[in-house]
Amino acid sequence: MTLHNPRTMNDVHTPTSSSLTPKPTGGDAAALDSAGVSIQTKAFNAWYGSFQAIHDLTLDIPRQSVTALIGPSGCGKSTFLRWINRMNDMIPTARAEGALTLDGHNLLDQAHDLVELRRRVGMVFQKPNPFPKSIYDNIAFGPRLHRHMTRSELDDLVEQSLRAAAIWDEVKDRLHASALGLSGGQQQRLCIARAIAVGPEVLLMDEPCSALDPRSTASIEALIRELRNQFTIVIVTHNMQQAARVSDITAFFYEGRLVECGPTDGIFTNPRSKQTEDYVTGRFG
Amino acid sequence: MTGAPRSQTARALRNRGFLTLCLACTTLAVLSLFLLLGSVFMQGWHGLVDQEAFKAVFSEGHLSSIPNLIRWSFFTEYASRRPDAAGIRAPLLGSVWVCVTCMVCSLPLGVGTAVYLEEFARRNRFNRFVELNVRNLAGVPSIVYGIIGLTAFSRMFGLIGKADGQPLQFGDPDSFFSLRLPFGQSVLAGGLTLMLVILPIIIIASQEALRAVPKSLRQASHALGATTWQTTWHVTLPAALPTILTGAILALSRALGEAAPLLVLGIPVFITSTPQGPMSNFTVLPFQIFNWAGRPQAAFHDLAASGIIVLLAVLLSFNGLAIYLRHRLQKTSA
Amino acid sequence: MNAPLPTPALLATRAAQRGTLRSTALRDSRERLVRGALVLTSVFSVGITFAIILTLAWETFHFIQLPEVTLSDFLLGTTWSPLLGAEKHFGIWPLVCGTFLVASVGAAFALPVGLISAVYLSEYARPGVRATLKPVLELLAGVPTVVFGFFALTVITPALQGLCKLLFGAPIFPGYNATGAGLAVGIMILPIVCSLSEDALRAVPRSLREGAYALGGTRFDVSVRVVVPAALSGIMASFFLAITRAIGETMIVALAAGGLAHLTLNPASETQTMTAYMVQIFLGDAPAFGVENLSSYAVAAVLFTLTLGMTVLGNVLLRLFQEEYE
Repeated sequence: MTLHNPRTMNDVHTPTSSSLTPKPTGGDAAALDSAGVSIQTKAFNAWYGSFQAIHDLTLDIPRQSVTALIGPSGCGKSTFLRWINRMNDMIPTARAEGALTLDGHNLLDQAHDLVELRRRVGMVFQKPNPFPKSIYDNIAFGPRLHRHMTRSELDDLVEQSLRAAAIWDEVKDRLHASALGLSGGQQQRLCIARAIAVGPEVLLMDEPCSALDPRSTASIEALIRELRNQFTIVIVTHNMQQAARVSDITAFFYEGRLVECGPTDGIFTNPRSKQTEDYVTGRFG
Repeated sequence: MTGAPRSQTARALRNRGFLTLCLACTTLAVLSLFLLLGSVFMQGWHGLVDQEAFKAVFSEGHLSSIPNLIRWSFFTEYASRRPDAAGIRAPLLGSVWVCVTCMVCSLPLGVGTAVYLEEFARRNRFNRFVELNVRNLAGVPSIVYGIIGLTAFSRMFGLIGKADGQPLQFGDPDSFFSLRLPFGQSVLAGGLTLMLVILPIIIIASQEALRAVPKSLRQASHALGATTWQTTWHVTLPAALPTILTGAILALSRALGEAAPLLVLGIPVFITSTPQGPMSNFTVLPFQIFNWAGRPQAAFHDLAASGIIVLLAVLLSFNGLAIYLRHRLQKTSA
Repeated sequence: MNAPLPTPALLATRAAQRGTLRSTALRDSRERLVRGALVLTSVFSVGITFAIILTLAWETFHFIQLPEVTLSDFLLGTTWSPLLGAEKHFGIWPLVCGTFLVASVGAAFALPVGLISAVYLSEYARPGVRATLKPVLELLAGVPTVVFGFFALTVITPALQGLCKLLFGAPIFPGYNATGAGLAVGIMILPIVCSLSEDALRAVPRSLREGAYALGGTRFDVSVRVVVPAALSGIMASFFLAITRAIGETMIVALAAGGLAHLTLNPASETQTMTAYMVQIFLGDAPAFGVENLSSYAVAAVLFTLTLGMTVLGNVLLRLFQEEYE
């Protein structure tokens, strides 16, 4: 199933998600790859050794929106996420076949520059993992790797990134204190700021709130809603209410297959598949 | 249930009896240490303490004599045939020189190997063999390393040197910047030989330190677009540094106490100069202790005991430094 | 209509484009260079093993080629008298026997005492007691072997002699003997056994202990019948490591065991180990390529083979008996 978002790339302000109109399925992928689609998957299969984690996945992730991947444990959503920025390369038994492209570039191509890919696709992990360095050095870590910047440019970037992650006011007086002294919610926002600082187009989030208390979760969800105006966000979540609150598109995975994908309202209020309905109403999972 | 029930009192007795056995063994272990240290101290302390000053301070209460309490001549004199005029100046400084040389050579090699095995190596047969090899090397007796050091560094397989057996000499032998090929009994030869002894220790300790760094940090770094080396240099190594340092200090303690490999190299026991550079001849404190302990006269045994006290004091301060560093660095990173 | 205000995220994205991109070629070549250098460091460690094997094999070969030596005499002979002028014999067994004797005395002391102390520290002791005793063990582990040799010579042997005089009225222990050296070796390897066994015991999951207690076991039952068997592979590893150390020990035996190489199982006799013989040769004035000097290489070869064999055997047994708990 595919979904096409007619938003243009340079929109800063976006209307709410009710303006989506699903286009008919079928048609050549290249022709539909307008400014609207960021990440495309077609007949994508992934294995860990002999275990097949993802079966024949075809999914388009639209630009500058929040796509939520939901489903019970072990259904392949995290695996798919990690293939987008090729983090699975670190697992020797992981392999994949099929088409996985970012703006038309084939991500499975071995010659593809991984460093460049990870600059364009950032990731935030389940448990906040700031480096045992100062807050400033955490944010500046990525930019220092990729670019030559003057001290003032770097200072400005650190400030803007922390503002974008809605944490600047809380840390502006202790930029050189250890990042490990922050609370869990603050650390996760720091990790988001750290990812933003390298200037990505896509932000991947693997259950970013599951290790946090409800208050921090709420603030991060608000942040995600703000960030989607600038970035394409793909979020894996166990929490269906969170998916309902935060995302524009929801994709439901079950046992490695994509069962249903569509606008979030539709998935939760009027799902097409019985399996989807059973899952979102809590009958299993 | 079949069978007769075991006697409860017998079981309780066995429990109590075992506890007693446990306490006895543990006490025995601790007691051996105290006996060891106590006997050495009793025998050696007069060599280190000036008897006159001691009497003045503790019997007559002349606190002004406290600075004279330590018998400094023990530290400033060279070895001598007369026990009362002998000191550990040459071995003490020689130990320092050779251990520093050893650490300078072994730290990069050891930490580098550990970094390769933990961060870069794929799981193939060669790398598993390297790891297995390191563990086997840790069990090799140090005297065997002495033999390798003799052949490889001291004599250089007989391939270099003048026809009459004299070494090639470059530069003034009394200065720091001179070179002697082959290395003979120089500080460099000794340092490289000791490096062979402690290299497996440093590799294994560094591997443990790198493994203790959580994978999540490496993942975060990779996700930001860092290469493996960039991740290692900027994230993993700094995080593992406290533990690596502690391991290095413990390896240094081992190097300080080794005498067998250097004995095989052929270092002199009687030397009246201290090293001027990596090419100088030297002797080490454990070897001097060995020599004094092996003599029949009791006076030399006392000297050996005094030397042991100094050696143990140095080692104790190193261990203390390691523990202190571990605490400090863990606090700043936690 | 007003232009929309730039969001913080947009400002951040713009700020992230400032400066100039670093060269990827430079980064890649540096990565390759570093990787190459690191591979070399690992190869060095393999090189050490080759150096040991080649050097010892080469010199032993020369040794066997000498007219005074035959391979069968070396491997099967029971007399070792290399320094005697006329009748030189090079049977290795007296030296092996001496090593075995000293190591046995050491193991007989250290293995039981170490293991039982480990059981105490792991299963019985209160945290405060553990916290005080662990540093004591670490201290013992850091003492140089020369100190243990000195202790054997000046305290243990005289004590043994005094004890004999008290109990039997007759001197049994000569000034240099295997027991004094052996006990000192035992004290030296005690921390190895205790530390590693204790680590192995503590690694046994709590659930095993709780299950045994729930079935009505006393502390003795749980410790000896459940935890120790569960930790057996780690305990055996510690035993092997300790015995290997004891075999390779040099300074203690050079000081306290003596210089008389003969075939004996009497721990009260003077004896010479392989390592002590090597010390004797290297301290002496024997010519560099003479038979005495070469004999020490041959002895070193036997010693290396023995310790390597023990280490490999220990690894194999460890893997055979290792329990997986997760």
